[in-house]
Amino acid sequence: MNNARLLVRALRAPASIGDCDWAGLVSAARAEQLIGSLAFRMEGRPMPARIAALFEDARRDSAHARTQALWEAEMARRALAPLDVPMILMKGTAFHAADFDACIGRSVGDLDIMVPRDRLAAVEAALLDAGWEHVKDAEGYDDAYYRRWMHELPPLIHRTRDRMIDVHHTILPLTARPRPDAEAMIAASATLDSGLRILCPADIVIHAACHLFADGDLAGGLRNLWDIDRLLREFASPDFWRILDERARLHQLHGPVARALRLANRLYATPVDHALAGRPRLSDRLFEARLLARNGWGQEKRKLLRFAFYIRGHWLRMPPMMLARHLWTKATR
Amino acid sequence: MRHQLAIQIGPVAFRIGSAWRSPLDALAGLYADYPEPADGLCDFTVRLEPEKFWRRFIRPSVAIRGDYILPDAVPLSLAHGLLAAEMGMNLQMALGQKRYLLLHAATVEKDGRALVMTGESGAGKSTLAALLGERGWRLMGDEFALLDMDNGLLLPFPRAVSLKNGAIAVMEAEVDAARFGPRLDGTPKGAIRHMRPNGDALSRMGEGARPALILFPRFGEAAAVRAVGQAEVFIRLTQASTNYVALGRRGFDALTGLVRGVPALAIDYPDTDTAVGLIDDFRRELAA
Repeated sequence: MNNARLLVRALRAPASIGDCDWAGLVSAARAEQLIGSLAFRMEGRPMPARIAALFEDARRDSAHARTQALWEAEMARRALAPLDVPMILMKGTAFHAADFDACIGRSVGDLDIMVPRDRLAAVEAALLDAGWEHVKDAEGYDDAYYRRWMHELPPLIHRTRDRMIDVHHTILPLTARPRPDAEAMIAASATLDSGLRILCPADIVIHAACHLFADGDLAGGLRNLWDIDRLLREFASPDFWRILDERARLHQLHGPVARALRLANRLYATPVDHALAGRPRLSDRLFEARLLARNGWGQEKRKLLRFAFYIRGHWLRMPPMMLARHLWTKATR
Repeated sequence: MRHQLAIQIGPVAFRIGSAWRSPLDALAGLYADYPEPADGLCDFTVRLEPEKFWRRFIRPSVAIRGDYILPDAVPLSLAHGLLAAEMGMNLQMALGQKRYLLLHAATVEKDGRALVMTGESGAGKSTLAALLGERGWRLMGDEFALLDMDNGLLLPFPRAVSLKNGAIAVMEAEVDAARFGPRLDGTPKGAIRHMRPNGDALSRMGEGARPALILFPRFGEAAAVRAVGQAEVFIRLTQASTNYVALGRRGFDALTGLVRGVPALAIDYPDTDTAVGLIDDFRRELAA
C-alpha cells in the first residue's frame, strides 16, 4: 500500500492497523506534520515497543507545542491590547485556544491572526515595538508585493523567541477571483473565556477549505484535510450545515468548501452534508492523488502532478498578465 | 529508496536510504561491528538523495534529508557521502530526539562513573574522548550525551568518532588502521576521518552510567583548572542542549538535577597528553 494511504487509514481507522510498514508510516506522518495526531489516534493500540515509545515522545512533544502556541498568542494579545483592535486567532492556534478536537496532537508553526484592514498599520507598528522584526527586506519587491496584493502583512519574526507571526486582513490574496467578506468574518467572530478571539465555526471551516483548495499548491494538504475532518465532526448539526452553506456563498468560496467536504469524505470518511458537498467530480481523483503523493521514506512522489498543482496555485492567485509580470520580476532580479 | 542500511547506536536505531551505493558501502564498512536493530524498525530515517533529480548523474550532489530537515542545509559532493550520512544521523538527533535530554558533549566512563565534556567546536572534546577511550576508559560518545530524565543516568551513543584536521594524526598513532573510515579532504569542516570505537564501547552500548564530573575543556592554553559555579554550568549546558527548551519542565528538572549533583571544572590544556593526565588525577580524587 502507498504509505500516505496507510497514514490516512491509520488516522481514519486506527483499529484496522495490524502488522504494517511501521517505519514507513512514521516517516510519512513526520513528513506530513501528522505524527502528533497519529500518536494520539493510535494510543493504546497494539504495536511494536519502539513505535509505541516514539508515539509517546510525539504526544509529549505536542503538549509542548500547544503551550508554545498559546504563549505566542498571549504575547501578541498583550502587544496589541492598547490598540483595542479585535485580534482573531486562526488555524492551529485557534484550535488549541478553543480546545477543538482538531487540536489533539496538532503541531503549530507560525502564529496566524486576523485584524481589520484599516488597522493594519497600527498593528504592525505595535508588533515592531514589541520585538517582532521584518523577515524580508522592507524596501524590496516582495515587501511591496505583499502590501499591495496579499491577504497578510509581510511575515514578522520575534527577535528573541524566533517565532513568526502572519497578520491577515482577509483569507485570500486580493488578486484571487473570490472576494471573501472579511468584515463579516470579523463581525461574526467570538470571544473565548480566555479573552482570545476566534472565527465562527463555519468561517473556520471555510478558511481551512480556502487555504487548502483555493490557494497554494496543496503542500501539507493531508494535515489541513485532517483539520477539516476533525472540525466537521465536531461542528456537525443541521444548523451548522445550513450556516456553512450560506457563509460559503457569502465569501464566494462555495466551490472550495464543497471540494473540501468531498475530499474529507473520500479520504477520512468524514460525515458530510451531501447537498453541500455536491456530486463527485473526476478532478477529485487528481486532488486525492496529489494529497497522497508521499512514500514511506517521506519523499515527495509524482513530481509532474505536484508541478501541475504548483502552477494551479499561481493561476488561482492572480490573473495571467499579472502572473507573467510577477514571475518575470522574480526571475530577473 | 535504491540502497538502504539500518544501524543501532546505543538506544537509537537509524534507517539510512541513499540514491547511490557508495555512501552506504562506506558507512557499512565504518559501522561493521554495530548491531542491526533487533526489531527491524527504526527511530529515525535519513535520506541521501540528489538535490535535483539530474544531480544523481551530473556532478552528483548529496542533499541531507530525512524525517527532520534543515531547509538551508548545503549539499555535499558524492565523494563526501559518508560525511553526509553522519551529518544526516546527527541532524535527526538534534531536531527530532525528544526522549532524552540531549547534550552536545562527549562522554567517557570508568568504574561506573561518567565524565561529560562539553565546549565549543574545536575545544577538543572529540579528540579527548577518543584518546581516553583507548587508555582505559569506555567511550560512550563523542558528539551527544543522552540524559535519561527518569533516573539521571547517561546513556551511550557511541557513533563513529568524527576526527578533524590535527586530531586525525593523533588518533592514527594510537589506533589500528582497520578502525578508520576513508580520509575526507576538503569538506566544509576541513579534513575529516571517522574512527570506529573499540569493542568495549560497542559491546556495552546498552549500558548507562551515572554522571560524576562535568568538564569544560579548552585546547591551546597553558594548563589551568578552575571550578565552575552551578549557575554557570546550568547556562552553559542549556546552550549545549539541542532540545532543552522543547522538553519543558522535565528537561529543567533533569538538568538542574545534573547540575546540583555533579561537580564541574573548566580546564585549559596545551596538548592532549596533559589533558589525559589531568583527567586521570580528577578520577582518582573522585574515587578516593
